[in-house]
Amino acid sequence: MKIMTCPLNGPRNISEFTCFGPVDDPVDPDALSDAAWSRHLFHHDNRAGVIREWWRHTPSNYFFIAERNTVTDEIVATYGANDLSHSRKTP
Amino acid sequence: MPLTLLKYGLHGHSLPDRDIPPTPDLRRHYDVVIIGGGGHGLAAAHYLSKHHGITRVAVLEKGYLAGGNTARNTTTIRSNYITNASIRFYKEAVALYESMSQELNFNVMFSQRGQLTLAHSEATLRSFHLRAEMGRHNGTRISVVDPRQVLEICPHLNMDAGGQHEILGGLWHEDGGTARHDAVAWGYAAQAAGRGVEIHQRTEVLGFEVSGDRVAAIRTNRGTVSVGHVIQAAGGMNQHVAELAGIDLPIRCFPLQAMVTQALKPFLHTLVSSANLHVYLVQSSRGEIVIGGGSDPYQLISTRSTLDLKEQLAHGAVQLFPFLHNVKLMRQWAGITDMTPDYTPIMGASPLRNYWLDCGWGTWGFKATPVAGKYLAETVANERVADILLPFSLSRFATMDLINEMGATAASH
Repeated sequence: MKIMTCPLNGPRNISEFTCFGPVDDPVDPDALSDAAWSRHLFHHDNRAGVIREWWRHTPSNYFFIAERNTVTDEIVATYGANDLSHSRKTP
Repeated sequence: MPLTLLKYGLHGHSLPDRDIPPTPDLRRHYDVVIIGGGGHGLAAAHYLSKHHGITRVAVLEKGYLAGGNTARNTTTIRSNYITNASIRFYKEAVALYESMSQELNFNVMFSQRGQLTLAHSEATLRSFHLRAEMGRHNGTRISVVDPRQVLEICPHLNMDAGGQHEILGGLWHEDGGTARHDAVAWGYAAQAAGRGVEIHQRTEVLGFEVSGDRVAAIRTNRGTVSVGHVIQAAGGMNQHVAELAGIDLPIRCFPLQAMVTQALKPFLHTLVSSANLHVYLVQSSRGEIVIGGGSDPYQLISTRSTLDLKEQLAHGAVQLFPFLHNVKLMRQWAGITDMTPDYTPIMGASPLRNYWLDCGWGTWGFKATPVAGKYLAETVANERVADILLPFSLSRFATMDLINEMGATAASH
């Protein structure tokens, strides 16, 4: 059993969680070119290493951020979305 | 007869052939370098050398021949997709499998036993009607069947599937089948090598020397080679290899897991899949039940397996065939799939003029091995993307011309 630590509910079985994919940098849809908009929609972080992802604790519908290594599957950190820095650069 | 046999034996004809020559030294230049020694890359090498007379070709493989997703897929061959572009493409793939053993002089054990996809809801049945109409329009053998016909096709199915997933009908695709995955790769490799194509195993691409809008040379762990054209068919590593060439692909990696049981007497004469239960089953020619399903629920660049997913596969299999409950598992594994946003591959041109893509094969690549190889070879030989590949271009994401085939996966990922 793999355990993920929910910032709200504490350590839980990972089967209680749903992954919503990598955190993208925020964009202004009105200011983007078509190419940049396409990139925002379809290109997401696929690096071999630590990425930042949206996760949800499904029973409580609580969304938060996890930093996870995509090679070792190690969960490095979890924290609330408020703790995302305003620049939100990928780690 | 015994005398003939003795004479034949003494003649020396019976010495075993070495199908694939040992890895030679890298030359300084190749007309075409193919990155990836899996089925797709080897098929491209075969067609380049056979149809287009291009034999100064090197296939570079980081590991061993056909040891990636060619070795790890569950060998499903089918053309029951949703869009015209996909059906036309995969229909030719099925046709090429029908003649592959003759073409390669190598028995790939193609078994066209039909694929049955089960519907456990009205919504799924409606999508089956769409797929059947699209398939018939494109001249493939496909129809929607009712529960009575489902039982005729597959008599051992548990039609109420545990009471929660009653089978309401199915999509019966008679063109569907399986082939021996390793033989497909070995057959192409032997043919290509016989015409002078060099297969370089344990040769990893480390980077590219780009000049202007062309790749001039490829740096490998065994030296640098200059190139005329490059075909990238690197399976699970496609996004990362393309990045080395400065090409940004909309691909993310997810593991796809599968497993096989001990061998049983033949009872399952078709491929059976269920999108609602996220599982599909096929009985191999050795009698083992091959069980596959959807991808892992989050991205990972690793071939590790999880008990969670294996339990989910076993759960689905036992719902459909309860008598499998005490059957032992023999082997289990995972592969790294290169998933695109629309569940459709990316083939053809790249931002570099002599760099051609065969990427984004996700969970649906094995069936396309011959047809992708054939048309990529044609593309490189003519320096112009083959018409049948045009809808699958990388540029479709910029122009919002996506080809949504998520609903046509065998087990709805």
